Amino acid sequence: MPNEISRIWVYLAEQPLLWLTLTIVLYIAAGTVSRLAKGHPLVHPVVITIAVLIAVLLATDTNYDTYFDGAQFIHFLLGPATVALAIPLYDNRSQIRALWLPLLIACLAGAGAAAASAVGLAWLLGASLQTLMSLAPKSVTTPIAMGVAEQLGGLPSLTASVVVITGIVGAVVAGPLFQVIRVQDDRARGFALGVASHGFGTAQALTISTTAGAFAGLGLGMAGLMTAFLLPLAYRLLGS
Amino acid sequence: MLVGLSWILVCQLVGEILARVLRLPVPGPVLGMVLLLLALMVRGGVPAELRSVGEGLLRHLSLLFVPAGVGLVVHGARLRAEWLPISVAVLLSTVIALAITALVLSRFTAGRADSAE
Repeated sequence: MPNEISRIWVYLAEQPLLWLTLTIVLYIAAGTVSRLAKGHPLVHPVVITIAVLIAVLLATDTNYDTYFDGAQFIHFLLGPATVALAIPLYDNRSQIRALWLPLLIACLAGAGAAAASAVGLAWLLGASLQTLMSLAPKSVTTPIAMGVAEQLGGLPSLTASVVVITGIVGAVVAGPLFQVIRVQDDRARGFALGVASHGFGTAQALTISTTAGAFAGLGLGMAGLMTAFLLPLAYRLLGS
Repeated sequence: MLVGLSWILVCQLVGEILARVLRLPVPGPVLGMVLLLLALMVRGGVPAELRSVGEGLLRHLSLLFVPAGVGLVVHGARLRAEWLPISVAVLLSTVIALAITALVLSRFTAGRADSAE
């Protein structure tokens, strides 16, 4: 009997179905746990899902490529979801048009601070050059961040993971932080979430209001564009 | 549902092609977002099918980051060696970026019509 089970396991572990199903089912279960804990930040559904999946991969000695064969179907949807952000943007177009200059200034300040402080702090604490270059674009959406990291000589796959952690941190600290610095405007809250923690922050902003979500989508797009164009330029100007 | 999904996929595809043909450092989906926004402005409204597919995708946006997050498992050695600079940089710089963006923008929006309009 154990033989039978291990044969089934060997079969399933190589199939996309197992890892795709496990990712979705764990995410749903983690959502339930998170609700039971009344949305305590440390039990963010994504944190639980990622932690359990990593534990399962390590325990079963499954490599990441095998996992990704199944999970890529979910990963792929990041692209269409990014395109779909045009919908809340369209819904809020009049407010955005009225605020275009402040938005541009806030984005430049926020995205600049994100990159400069990440690199500066990591450098002070003795990170390697490759790690520094992987951290520089960490606040922007995954595809842009990976492309920029590659241009700068970082590790795109490390960047992809750091981008996700940045997103989680942003989503978790944003609520209390906005209380402390007394920012109550949904537009400012949403935009900051999009600029500082990309699509993940946008997901969080959508739970505040659709206006916050729209401004987050805008922040994600603007910070992404600015970072894609300006970070490689800044790197060249500073001459490494 | 298929019509709504097609709107999104076509914009993404055209975005990918444009990014490559014009050699822009911007990913296809971000250009796709701009294209869809332009299309909606020209059309003057969001088709119901597109809205239901789009909002369905956005409702579970955070799930879509799980596969990339699990990729941490590949970088165990580097994380053990450089956990302090990486965690401090990620934590503090995210807080700094959130605070600066929100404070700068709310300074300008103070006094202007609130989000409720």
